[in-house]
Amino acid sequence: MPEQSRSVTFKNVSKVWPGGVRAVDGVSLDVAAGSFVALVGASGSGKSTLLKMVNRLITPSEGAVLVGDAPVDAGPAPALRRRIGYVFQNVGLFPHMRVGENIAIGLRLAGEKDMAARVAMLLELVELSPEMAGRMPDALSGGQRQRVGVARALATGPGILLMDEPFGALDPVTRDGLGRAIRALHDRMELTTILVTHDMAEALLLADRVLVMERGRIVADATPRELLAGKGGAVADALVAVPREQAHRLAELEK
Amino acid sequence: MNALARVPDLLAQHLLLALAALLLGLAIALPLAVFSARNRLVGRIALGFASLVQTIPSLALLALFYPILLSLSALVGGGIPALGFLPSLLALSLYALLPILRNGVTGLANIDPAVIEAADGVGMTATQKLRLVEAPLILPVLMAGIRTAAVWTIGAATLSTTVGQPSLGDLIFAGLQTQNWSLVLTGCIAAAALALAVDGLLGLAEHGIAKRKRGLIWGSLGTLLVVVALALVPALPAARGTVTIGAKGFSEQYILARLIGHRLEAAGYKVRYREGLGSAVAFSALASGDVDVYVDYSGTIWTNQMRRSDVPPRDAIVRGVADWARDRHKVTLLGSLGFENAYAFAMRGDDARKRGIASIADLAPVAGSLNLATDVEFLERPEWAAVRKAYGLSFKSAHPYQPTFMYRALASGTADVIPAFSSDGRIAADGLVVLADPKGAIPGYDAILLLAPGRADDLRFQAALKPLVGAIPVERMRQANYMVDRDSDKASPDEAARWLERGLAR
Ligand SMILES: Nc1ncnc2c1ncn2[C@@H]1O[C@H](COP(=O)(O)OP(=O)(O)OP(=O)(O)O)[C@@H](O)[C@H]1O
Ligand SMILES: [Mg+2]
Repeated sequence: MPEQSRSVTFKNVSKVWPGGVRAVDGVSLDVAAGSFVALVGASGSGKSTLLKMVNRLITPSEGAVLVGDAPVDAGPAPALRRRIGYVFQNVGLFPHMRVGENIAIGLRLAGEKDMAARVAMLLELVELSPEMAGRMPDALSGGQRQRVGVARALATGPGILLMDEPFGALDPVTRDGLGRAIRALHDRMELTTILVTHDMAEALLLADRVLVMERGRIVADATPRELLAGKGGAVADALVAVPREQAHRLAELEK
Repeated sequence: MNALARVPDLLAQHLLLALAALLLGLAIALPLAVFSARNRLVGRIALGFASLVQTIPSLALLALFYPILLSLSALVGGGIPALGFLPSLLALSLYALLPILRNGVTGLANIDPAVIEAADGVGMTATQKLRLVEAPLILPVLMAGIRTAAVWTIGAATLSTTVGQPSLGDLIFAGLQTQNWSLVLTGCIAAAALALAVDGLLGLAEHGIAKRKRGLIWGSLGTLLVVVALALVPALPAARGTVTIGAKGFSEQYILARLIGHRLEAAGYKVRYREGLGSAVAFSALASGDVDVYVDYSGTIWTNQMRRSDVPPRDAIVRGVADWARDRHKVTLLGSLGFENAYAFAMRGDDARKRGIASIADLAPVAGSLNLATDVEFLERPEWAAVRKAYGLSFKSAHPYQPTFMYRALASGTADVIPAFSSDGRIAADGLVVLADPKGAIPGYDAILLLAPGRADDLRFQAALKPLVGAIPVERMRQANYMVDRDSDKASPDEAARWLERGLAR
């Protein structure tokens, strides 16, 4: 049974790294249950740091992060993480396990037996053929690896999906396909999804809500429609201008 | 040849010792590697310590455990054996530590950080991460470290002979002493073959792990297990009802050990030999009961164990040693064999005549232009200090050798003076001149039969050995030693012992 989707709340959260870098600076934010939020911003603006505080891969220096009504540090970290799917750019497939074993790892940790059917279903969910289950990860293409990573993250039916540039190293066609697939999964499984991406176009096309980060702060928080209408402020406008400009030029060419 | 008959037994003991040390090394190194990977300070200390151990020569490392265990035993009121299996096991385990630890730590440090992030991300606990991800990923690197450790341990185990633990080193040390090169070669080849075989089996297991072939893994490890079980068979029943005869590492000792052994066998005892014991180790081995009987020399006990620097007449020393051994260690001095094996300064005959040197007193004024070659321990012995002080001796150079090579050094002119052994057959054979000791600085070295505390009231045992007392004149001992030491037509210690027996004074 998929876990019921949950909201994520940041209450005045900051992260100061040893050395004094203020990666996240007083962020307060509510991500409603079931929403698809994209987090964009320049490199080093603190996107990954903010994201990883949700599943406690990073501990905040100040403030609190809540999933549903409970602070994330209320229980042991492994228990929290098993309820949150996590996909990141390098995927981190376990190289000594077959694809099927990789996907089923969360089920195995939960002590479940008889996982073959679940694995086949998850492979189908990410549009991979069932025979992939027997392959080793090094025998997959980059896009296939990312799909396996997504399947692994969704195996236990988490309520929340965190994604950190999951399409970073992929070609545009694969990237587009995978993006659509994820949005479909989000809708079907009623997930709360936070997607970190560099690509404003991707954010606008996939998300219900786009957050723009700069130097540890959220400088814009709007729907794609509002952003395109120029209601996101200067930083957001600059980011939106790039894909809009490209779209116009492409349209010109087509005439 | 009866040396070859000992190979299977020694091979078994060698294998058991080396594998036990490897297992203990693993048991320490694995948790330490995990701990080191998690905590940088622990890692630096652990690796530093393991590297330090590696720089200690293995022979010294083994020897060091003897005093350590001895004082530890004294601390807890006795009961910890300072000789034999335990010190060998501990020293070799320390030796096995470094390759396993280093490969474990490097392996853990080199795991792709993304894989670790994923393991954390899916909600593994630290233990699960170790078991499901880290351990399988570092297994190939770890296995390489284990193989290195196995080869090192098997090689270094040859040295356990010196602390009284039987190993293939028995053959090597005995062969070196008696210049029986085929014996040395047999020991070396057997040890090398053992190392290669174990390395090969572990290599197969490693291959099986890499290729995920369970059959190969269990096949190779299973073979190893079966071999260990086989090795255990002869090791077990030997423990009870067997007499252990000790011998230090030179020909005369090997011969006398056989002589004692033959008599005890004739009296119905089962015997085994602990040969190549270090001089310092032999007496303690006897006192602790690890060895039942061996031959030592009165002056050695007098100066080394009793720390006496006065030099009374020969029979007074023997009496003094007998009283001390009985009162302090419950060790029985059964009697003197009838000959002396003293340190006696010797020179090439022609050289001594040319320089007009007949005594150590004559030697003193010209010693500054002469080179001294000694056995490995002489320069550290109190006798050397006593002689040096009595005569004001100071040589141009002084180098220690294995006894065999000490004589070679003198014969070849590399050295001009050696502290020879007065019962050595090579004195006559090489035409050496023994220098007189007019000041009586060197104590008497009567060969004496010493019995372990457990044999103090064993009358059958004592009756079997009593006929040896006073029965071996120095000429016969020299002859017997020479039969073993000479370059051609060599006899084995066993054959020389039989020759001695035939002429035993009745
Ligand atoms: N473990 C760390 N130790 C010290 N500083 C860190 C650490 N991780 C991140 N930082 C710093 O925190 C800041 C924010 O990093 P973060 O990874 O959150 O940026 P980002 O927005 O995800 O960038 P990118 O788009 O390049 O992934 C950067 O200045 C970075 O150098
Ligand atoms: Mg990032």
